[in-house]
Amino acid sequence: MSIKTEDHNVWHDPNTSTVFFRGFLRLDGMEEYQPVMELLLSAIGQSPILTLNLRELEFLNSSGISMLSMFVVKVREKGSVQMVLQGSNKVLWQTKSLKNLQRLMPSLKLEFT
Amino acid sequence: MTENSMIQTFGEYTDKVSSSPEYLTLNFSPGSAPRQRRWKNYGLSADFLGDYFASFFPGDDVSDDQEISQRDTVKGTVSYIANELLENAVKYSDEAASLPISISLHLYSQEIVFHATNYANRSMVDRYQAFIQELITSDIDELYTQQLEKTAMGTGNSHMGLLTMINDYSARFGWKFQTLEKSQVPEKSQDIIQVNVLVHLDV
Repeated sequence: MSIKTEDHNVWHDPNTSTVFFRGFLRLDGMEEYQPVMELLLSAIGQSPILTLNLRELEFLNSSGISMLSMFVVKVREKGSVQMVLQGSNKVLWQTKSLKNLQRLMPSLKLEFT
Repeated sequence: MTENSMIQTFGEYTDKVSSSPEYLTLNFSPGSAPRQRRWKNYGLSADFLGDYFASFFPGDDVSDDQEISQRDTVKGTVSYIANELLENAVKYSDEAASLPISISLHLYSQEIVFHATNYANRSMVDRYQAFIQELITSDIDELYTQQLEKTAMGTGNSHMGLLTMINDYSARFGWKFQTLEKSQVPEKSQDIIQVNVLVHLDV
């Protein structure tokens, strides 16, 4: 399953239970994030462990952060899922905002490289 | 209505944004382009502002414990804040008024000041001001967690744009709401209010 536009790519690799994000995501409100949300929900339906690799996602607007927080709560509600967020120390928004998602789910693992 | 009662300010607002040696203003006319295309232009403009203002800062000062140069920090911060200000300006624009959105950036030795302007109707302004009141009377850390949880549960408007700018990027806000004279507004029954947002960012 994948989403590809001229600005961004989001795809799920079932072999590594990883969803990769690349490019610039600044969609107009939560409704436009629905396809990304559906991809994430489908990924979490397939494996009890999930990694979101955000290292090549250069830009995410606040609606996108809201979408991620919504997904984190869905994972939290499932109870049995382990989730890892992989970020980059070189991408400013990730160093600023990703850690705040742990407020919703303290067991969420963050890996920065 | 007296002149004064038509103006309301909140937070760190001053009309005396002195002109700085370096500033840029972008105006977006309401036009007839579909929203999707205009939305893309706002994103491109935010990136442009980030690149432009970053060029005034050194890009080679990365120390061992710091992965991002000052130039890239300015670039990332300016493009995030400019994009969120433009998105908010669109969300709170009364399209029927057919008035432009604008954003200016001023560079000073110690700070960057953003000034965004748009035109909203009364009900939009009431909703916006209700949240501003909450912002200025709350502990920002608590409000952030509370709103993040609220948006994650899908209950109501989260205002995560404002909250991330303040909490994650240490942006300081000021607002001015000014009701336009009837003569300034196209034929319309509803009040139109000019919304001015100032954002101070230490550099």
